[in-house]
Amino acid sequence: MIRSEILKEIAPILRDQLVVCNIGIPSQELHAIDDQPSNFYMLGTMGLASSIGFGLALAQPKPVIVIDGDGSVLTNLGTLPTIANNVTDNYILLIIDNGSYGSTGDQPTYAGMKTKLEAVATACGCENVVTCQAAETGKALQAALNSKKMTIIVSKCESGNAKMPVITMDPVVIRDRFMKVVVA
Amino acid sequence: MNIDRKITDDLVANDISFVTTVPCKQLAGVIDEIDRRDEIFHIPSNKEDEGMGLCAGAFMGGKRPAIIMQNTALGVTLNTLATLIQYYRMPLPMLISYRGELREPVACQVEMALHTKALLAQLNIPTYHFHKRADVDEFDMILKHTFMCNKPVAILTDANFWGGYGDQ
Repeated sequence: MIRSEILKEIAPILRDQLVVCNIGIPSQELHAIDDQPSNFYMLGTMGLASSIGFGLALAQPKPVIVIDGDGSVLTNLGTLPTIANNVTDNYILLIIDNGSYGSTGDQPTYAGMKTKLEAVATACGCENVVTCQAAETGKALQAALNSKKMTIIVSKCESGNAKMPVITMDPVVIRDRFMKVVVA
Repeated sequence: MNIDRKITDDLVANDISFVTTVPCKQLAGVIDEIDRRDEIFHIPSNKEDEGMGLCAGAFMGGKRPAIIMQNTALGVTLNTLATLIQYYRMPLPMLISYRGELREPVACQVEMALHTKALLAQLNIPTYHFHKRADVDEFDMILKHTFMCNKPVAILTDANFWGGYGDQ
């Protein structure tokens, strides 16, 4: 399974939640599969999905699901200690780990080599770290939502991208419609 | 007048309840003061761009955020300022210690001080420079301005403003 297949499978779970989605092809895929005002698409700023989602989770009580990638987490590795030490149980970080930088041509990341992000998250102090295979992602995500405990999910999948159009929506529109859902 | 208390009072009065910090010796007092206030949730960041991500999320969650950081880190935040804070039009007061200015004892700090205002100007970020203690009187107005215009705004605070480094 590649990332877009995971996104298709978990779209019904994501639909009713606040979602912060990683830059590049992941956001394009989610946008094409099931665009919702409750999706915050990152158009730039690689690495910060986990931080944006975490700030959102700390600021308000609704559950927040962040769809991140292994390459982006490696870009902002300092995010994991911050998350671990400021637990908020409405936060789920779903790291879709395909061992590659998908948006830039599938170059391998260190997470696809020796580095295990689940071990990094645990070492940083994250308490509920779940590793699953791609096909189990929906089950793991629903279990994390049901548990009402802050959870880091590392979903292992194959490298590859679906061909989806670029998001042309204005960033202020993305932000404005998202904030309206937050307060709804 | 206690500057640390005045700055924190102004943050609270402007309903800023989410503050992230990366420490600087000059900012230690204001960070301590923020930690003492129940009205402010303080979350230390490991890096300034990470902190701006937290602030962006907190803003979308309905809080008024602020970041407290050192000017030497401005370079690592340029992409975040351009493609997140400015692109999505979010307000962000940035209280920045302006290392490398008058009374600076560490020569290397001068190197980023040379670029600080130029970088902020290049990004069209409204920038205020606190050099004398009385300059803090404008802090309240600057915060109001920031949330009026939905932009990142820099407040550079140099060593002279903070009263030197304690040994001068």
